[in-house]
Amino acid sequence: MSKAETQQTEDEGRITNVSGPVVEAKGLDARMNDVVRVGEEELMGEVIEIEGGVTIIQVYEETSGISPGEPVITTGAPLSVELGPGILDSIYDGVQRPLDILEEEMGDFLDRGVDAPGIDLEKNWDFTPEVEEGDEVGEGDIVGTVPETESIDHKVMVPPDVEGTVSEVNEGEYTVEEPVVVLEDGTEITMLQEWPVRKARPVERKQTPRTPLQTGQRILDTLFPIAKGGTAAIPGPFGSGKTVTQHQLAKWSDADIVVYVGCGERGNEMTEVIDDFPELEDPKTGKPLMSRTSLIANTSNMPVAARESCIYTGITLAEYYRDMGYDVALMADSTSRWAEAMREISSRLEEMPGEEGYPAYLAASLAEFYERGGRVETLGGYDGSISVIGAVSPPGGDFSEPVTQNTLRIVKCFWALDADLAERRHFPAINWNDSYSLYKSQLDDFFADEVDEGWAETRQWAVGILDEEADLQEVVQLVGKDALPEDQQLTLEVARYIREVFLQQDAFHDVDTYCDLNKQFEMLRLIRKFNDLAFDALDAGVPVDEIQDVDAAPRMFNIPTEEDWEPLAEEIDEELDKEFGELS
Amino acid sequence: MKEYKTITEISGPLVFVEVDEPVGYDEIVEIKLSDGSTKRGQVLESGEEIVSLQVFEGTDELDRSSSVRFLGETMKMPVTEDLLGRVLSGRGEPIDGGADIVPEERRDIIGAAINPHAREYPDEFIQTGVSAIDGMNTLVRGQKLPIFSGSGLPHNELALQIARQADVRDDIGAEDDADTEDEEFAVIFGAMGITQEEANEFLEEFERTGALERSVVFQNLADDPAVERIVTPRMALTTAEYLAFDKGYHVLVILTDMTNYCEALREIGAAREEVPGRRGYPGYMYTDLANLYERAGRIEGKEGSVTQIPILTMPGDDDTHPIPDLTGYITEGQIYIDRRLESEGREPPVNVLPSLSRLMDDGIGEGYTREDHGDVANQLYAAYAEGNDLRDLVNIVGREALSERDNRFLDFADAFEGELIDQGWDTNRTIEETLGIAWDLLSTLPKTEMKRIDDDFVEKYYVGEDEAEEEEAEAAA
Repeated sequence: MSKAETQQTEDEGRITNVSGPVVEAKGLDARMNDVVRVGEEELMGEVIEIEGGVTIIQVYEETSGISPGEPVITTGAPLSVELGPGILDSIYDGVQRPLDILEEEMGDFLDRGVDAPGIDLEKNWDFTPEVEEGDEVGEGDIVGTVPETESIDHKVMVPPDVEGTVSEVNEGEYTVEEPVVVLEDGTEITMLQEWPVRKARPVERKQTPRTPLQTGQRILDTLFPIAKGGTAAIPGPFGSGKTVTQHQLAKWSDADIVVYVGCGERGNEMTEVIDDFPELEDPKTGKPLMSRTSLIANTSNMPVAARESCIYTGITLAEYYRDMGYDVALMADSTSRWAEAMREISSRLEEMPGEEGYPAYLAASLAEFYERGGRVETLGGYDGSISVIGAVSPPGGDFSEPVTQNTLRIVKCFWALDADLAERRHFPAINWNDSYSLYKSQLDDFFADEVDEGWAETRQWAVGILDEEADLQEVVQLVGKDALPEDQQLTLEVARYIREVFLQQDAFHDVDTYCDLNKQFEMLRLIRKFNDLAFDALDAGVPVDEIQDVDAAPRMFNIPTEEDWEPLAEEIDEELDKEFGELS
Repeated sequence: MKEYKTITEISGPLVFVEVDEPVGYDEIVEIKLSDGSTKRGQVLESGEEIVSLQVFEGTDELDRSSSVRFLGETMKMPVTEDLLGRVLSGRGEPIDGGADIVPEERRDIIGAAINPHAREYPDEFIQTGVSAIDGMNTLVRGQKLPIFSGSGLPHNELALQIARQADVRDDIGAEDDADTEDEEFAVIFGAMGITQEEANEFLEEFERTGALERSVVFQNLADDPAVERIVTPRMALTTAEYLAFDKGYHVLVILTDMTNYCEALREIGAAREEVPGRRGYPGYMYTDLANLYERAGRIEGKEGSVTQIPILTMPGDDDTHPIPDLTGYITEGQIYIDRRLESEGREPPVNVLPSLSRLMDDGIGEGYTREDHGDVANQLYAAYAEGNDLRDLVNIVGREALSERDNRFLDFADAFEGELIDQGWDTNRTIEETLGIAWDLLSTLPKTEMKRIDDDFVEKYYVGEDEAEEEEAEAAA
C-alpha cells in the first residue's frame, strides 16, 4: 500500500466503548476488515463489524488504560502480510511482527504499540534474473531468483493481476523495495508483495495429490499416509503428544518449506522450536532445518485477537511459497485455540452463539482455512502444494465436540491421539483403530513404484492383524491370555511385535526419530515373515511356547534404533529361517 | 480527581456508574460508602456514559449514594525485596501487623507476555525429594506443573513437602566446585478461597521450618470476597517476576486453589450476563488461565526463574471438567493425587500413570541427574502400567489363573506403590536414592523384560538374577 493511497482514505474517529479486546468507535469511515490504529498509543486493530455509525474493532494488543474519547485512525487497508525474501529463518507473532526485532526494541516482555515490518526493508539481496528485455510476462511468472537461505532459492514473481512486456532488468544487489524488473507500461516489479491474509492467493487450478508427504514416522507413512497437498487433523487430549507429533512432522517431513504456526500454545514449547530447529539438519539436504522454516508464535498469553489472525498469516505465507512451485507443509498447533479465539471475540460482540458457544460460522471458517491447502497449478504454471496439518485440542478429550467434528468433515487424514496409549508410554500415541487416511489408494502407485510392489498388501495384512488383536483383547480382558487357543495366542504375539517394534517410535532417539520408507517396509516384512514361519510351525505341531522362545524374533526390537540396520535385518531374516527350520 | 455519585445499577459484584469524562479500561476505582469506609474495584467495560465496575470487596452495603472515584491508573503491585517474610491480604496489603511496605517500584499486575524469543528453555533439574516426581515426572526450573487433586485429598501436604525440600542440585554435572553454592528457592504462596485452617497450616509450617523469611504469602480466604480472587494470583505472580527477573531469585509459586479462582471468574461472567462456555465458565477462561500460567519460565541472560505449582481440586475427581482440562492444555504436565492410593495410606498418594512432566526429557540424564534416568522412568511406567492392568483381571479370574510372568508384574505394581511412591511426608530422597529403589524394584523382574533400558545400563545397575544365564548353567550341568 503506497503512502498516497493511505492518506486518501485515512479518517479519524473516536472511541466510545472499551471491553477487553473489543473497542467501539464513532465517526470512523472504515471498511470491513480494515486495519486501524487505536488510541494514543496506536494499538493495532481490525474492523470486524459496522453497525450504523458505530465501528467495532478487535484489537491485537492489550487494551488496559485505553479510554473513550481517544482517537481511532484507519489505514484504509485490510490486514496484510509482507511477502518477500527473509520470511524463512524468521519467527513472527500473529500479525507478522518479527519477535527478534521486538525483543531488541522492547526487551524481554512484549510491550504494546510497537510496530516492525515483517521483512527487513534495508537488507540487500542478490537478484539473478530469469527474463530478458522484451519477454512477455504474466501473473505468477517467475522473473528471477534470490538465494534466501542455504537451502532455498526465493523466486521473485509477477504479482497477480500484472502482465506486460519486460523493458528493464536489474541484476545485482537490491533491497526488497527497489525494482528488479520494469515493464513497458512502467509497472515496477520488486521482491516485495503485500497480500491481505483473509483472501486466498489465486491459482490456475487445483490438482489431485498423488505423492505422499514422507514424514519418517512409521505409523503415519505406512498406515495413514498424507499426500503432498493433503489435509490432516491430529486431535487428542492434553498430554497425548500432539505437539511432539507436530514437531516431528515439521522436522522430518520431506516438504521444501515448513510454516509452523504455534497458535495459543505454550511459550516454552515455542522456545524449544526456536532453540532446536537451527541446530537440526534437514535429512534430505543436510542444511539447518531453520533455513526452510518460518515460525509464527502466538502463545496463549499473547492477545487473543492476534491469535485469531495468526492462522491466516501462516497460510498466506505458505501460499506465497507454493506459488513459487514449492511443496509447503503448514502445521497449525492448535486449531482449537484459534476456534476459541473466534468464540471469545464473537461473545464480546454478543453474537448469537452456535454449538457450545462457538460462533455459527465456525464450520465455514474451518472449511475455508483447510481449503486453502491442496496441490495446485499456480498462475505461473508451476506445480506447488500446501499440506495442512492441524492439531485439535478437544475439551476433555471428547471427539464429539464442535471443533473436532467440523474438522473431520473437511480433512482426509485423521490421526487420533489416545490418552490410554500415552499413559502406557506407547508413542506416538496414535490409535490405529480410530485413525484413518483417505489418501491411501491414490498414493499406492507411488509406494509400489518407489518402495515395493507389496507395500499396499503388507499394510493391509498389518491392519488385519491389529484388528484381530483388538477383538481378542476383549476376550483376554475376561479370561486371560493363557485361556486362548494357540493360534490366537500367536496372533497376539505377532500383533505385539507390530505394536512394539513397528508402531512405537522414539522421537527423542537420534536414529529412531526418522525412519525412511525402505526401512519401514523391511521392518514390517520381517514381522510378517516371523508370522508366516510361526503359523507354519504351529500347523506342523510345534507348541506356541517354543515359537515364542525363538531368539531371533525379539532381536527385531533393535532395528528401529540401529543406524546401519540393513545387515542386522538380513541377519535376523536368516536366523528366523534357521531357528524355525530347527523347530520343525 | 472527580467523584461520581451516579451509581445506576448494582448487580452481584458489578456496579454501573454514569460518567461524563472518559475512563480507562482496567482502571482502578475507589468507592466510598456512606459510613466512610472504602472499597476498591476495577473497570470492566468503559463506555462514554456508563462504566461497569467489579468491586473486589463485594458490593454489600453499597447504595446509590456511594461515591466513586477513578484513580486514573491500572492495578499496581508495590514490589520490593522486603516483601520476603511478609503476609499480605489477597489485595496485596500487609496483614501481619508488620511495618508498612516501602515499594521500590509499583508494577502493573496484568503483566506483559514474555517474548518467546527471549525465553530460555527450562532444563535445570529441581530435586523435590519426592520419588514420584523426581524419578517419574521430573520438575525443572521455569516449569509450570500443577497438582490435580480432589476435595479431601492431601494436595497441600505435597505442596508443602515440595516447598520444603526443593533444591537445585548444582553438584551434578558441575565442572568446578566454585559453582556449587546452595541456591534456595524463594516461595510465593498465593491462597485463593482456602479456609483459615488450611492457611494456618501453611503459615505454621513456614514458620516452623524457617521458610517464612524467604516467602511472600498472599492470603484470600474462603470468607473474603470472591472477586478479590481475580487479583490475588496476579499480585503473587507480579511479585514473583520481580524477584526472579530483577533480583535474581529462583522463585517457586504455589497457587491454591485454582478451582476457587475459576469459580470467581464464572461469578463475574454470570453477573455481566456473558454468553457462557462449557459448564457455565466464561469462554475466555483458557486465555485468562494462560495469562497466569504462562508467567512461569526463564529469560535468557537473567539469573532467576519462576516455577509454578498451581493446585486445583477437580470437582467430582473428573479431569474432563473445564478447570483441569484447560489447565492441562496450558501447563507443562500435571501431577495426579489419587483417591485409591490415599485410602491405602500412601504418602504422597501420587498416581504416576496419568501424571506427566513435559519438560522432563531435557532436564534429566547425564549431567542433569543420571545417565540411566530416562530409560528407568520409561521402564517403570511400562511395568507399572502392565501390573496395574492385571489387577482388573485378577478380580475376575484370581491370581492362580495367571501366568508366572503376570504374577511377577502384579507383585511389581504392589511393590512400586509400597516402596517407591509411599515414602512418607518427611522423607527427602536424593535422585540417586530414588533411582536405587527403582533398580531394586526392576530387578524383581526378569532381565529380559528390561526392553526400554539400554543394555549398558542394565549391565551396570540391574541387581536381579539373570535367569537366562542360570538356565544355561543348569542345562550345562
